[in-house]
Amino acid sequence: MQNPWIYIGLFLLIGMLIPVAPLAIAAFIAPKKPNPIKQSTYECGMETVGDSWVQFKAQYYVFALVFLVFDVETVFLFPWAVSLNALPVFVLVEGIIFILILLAGLFYTWRKGMLEWA
Amino acid sequence: MNFWTDPIKVLYDWLMSLFGGWGMAEPLANTLVTLLGIVVLITIALVLDIFLVWIERKVVARFQGRLGPNRVGPFGIFQPFPDIIKLVIKEDITPDGADKVVFNIAPVLSAGSVIILWAVLPIASRIYGVDLNVAALYIIAAGALGTLSVIMAGWSSNNKYALLGAFRQVAAMISFEIPMVAMLLVPTILVGSMSLNAITQAQVDGVWFFWLSPLGSLIFAISAIAELGRSPFDLNEGESEIVSGYHIEYSGMKFGWFYAGELLHAFTFGGFMAIFFFGGWHGPWAEEYPLLGAFYFVLKALFGYWVIMWVKYTVPRIRIDHMLAFNWKFLTPLSFALLIVTATVHVLMRDAAFWLYVAAMFTSNLLLGWLTVEILRSYTREKREAVPSAAHH
Repeated sequence: MQNPWIYIGLFLLIGMLIPVAPLAIAAFIAPKKPNPIKQSTYECGMETVGDSWVQFKAQYYVFALVFLVFDVETVFLFPWAVSLNALPVFVLVEGIIFILILLAGLFYTWRKGMLEWA
Repeated sequence: MNFWTDPIKVLYDWLMSLFGGWGMAEPLANTLVTLLGIVVLITIALVLDIFLVWIERKVVARFQGRLGPNRVGPFGIFQPFPDIIKLVIKEDITPDGADKVVFNIAPVLSAGSVIILWAVLPIASRIYGVDLNVAALYIIAAGALGTLSVIMAGWSSNNKYALLGAFRQVAAMISFEIPMVAMLLVPTILVGSMSLNAITQAQVDGVWFFWLSPLGSLIFAISAIAELGRSPFDLNEGESEIVSGYHIEYSGMKFGWFYAGELLHAFTFGGFMAIFFFGGWHGPWAEEYPLLGAFYFVLKALFGYWVIMWVKYTVPRIRIDHMLAFNWKFLTPLSFALLIVTATVHVLMRDAAFWLYVAAMFTSNLLLGWLTVEILRSYTREKREAVPSAAHH
């Protein structure tokens, strides 16, 4: 095989195109009879009140922030995990200290009460 | 070399000589064969998906003491085909005020984010899409695409229920991604590679990683179920509160893709369970005969899929604050503790005898699990004694 990323690129392209095919067929053969009642927003029969794009709970934002810290950190941990076998024991200690610093951040967030769903 | 020992190479050579015989240039023929291979791989995944619909319906029926589909074909096995025909000829309703472009892209992205996982799946010793050296990261990236499709569907539907479902789903997915990624680090440490083929090969040559990290496989299974948005973590659907969550406004084949994508996602994660912790395609004679390996792989993935279904139809839904607290206050600290223990024991014991190494890994996992249970027990005892009247209610 050539460069694996060429294969991945082709796979992404075809993988995204194949789900379109049944939708395209459906667009041709499915009936189209729209009316205002059918297209109204579904809320179990109630009339919709106000805009649908409501403000969301700020708690979600806090979790997203904590997630972001951990997600960036795993990017650093993967090279560490791959090269652990080839490097001296000292690198293991460094990795553990890195993880502990992160966990300290998590516990700080925890003690501050940011992980409570209030 | 014949068809039974290396089917892909034999088919590749045959197609190359066939296209060459038609007077095609070598690079063009090569590209064409590669494209054909991709289409066949995706088609196999989707045909499997069709039968997953049947399996899902049959199994949930048995769990609930019903018969399930039993009219179309033997045991109702052809039931999904009329289902698909019906989905395709259903009217496609786009609600008022929906963001049409995003609304139409979301189901495609949802199904596509699962299909693209198959590019790196080592189905058997010589049957796989591509041996990517950063496959673990690729899996995480594809999972993020799935999260994106959920928020796109929820936001563009112009529906409060859909939006609430999308918020919950995204909160669950990004939360449980942390322990899942930490558990992807465990096989990476054990092998020293992110390639799924290398991880499987290491288990073929050594032992299944379940024996090196039983706790890790458990945490991976739990976070995978949450990542899939299946019960007990299916707050995105919550039919008693928000009807069906982010895909509430979808109809016809667009809804079909969300449904098919969810089932294929569950199966693919069963496959990842097998690859990371249960030896992938490993089994008797699997190395010589790849088709046998593919059979073992599908069997193991189906077992993982069945476990996910079993949990789904047994455990009731939990509340969102409980779910997030469970992840951030329990699963995340535990998974990083396990990561530290695994890395330490691995580095200290890697030069020891193999059986000693396996025993040390297994025991350290059990010890950590026991310690966790003890901490939880003392914590709940404290809580119980703090409220003495609670026991008498």
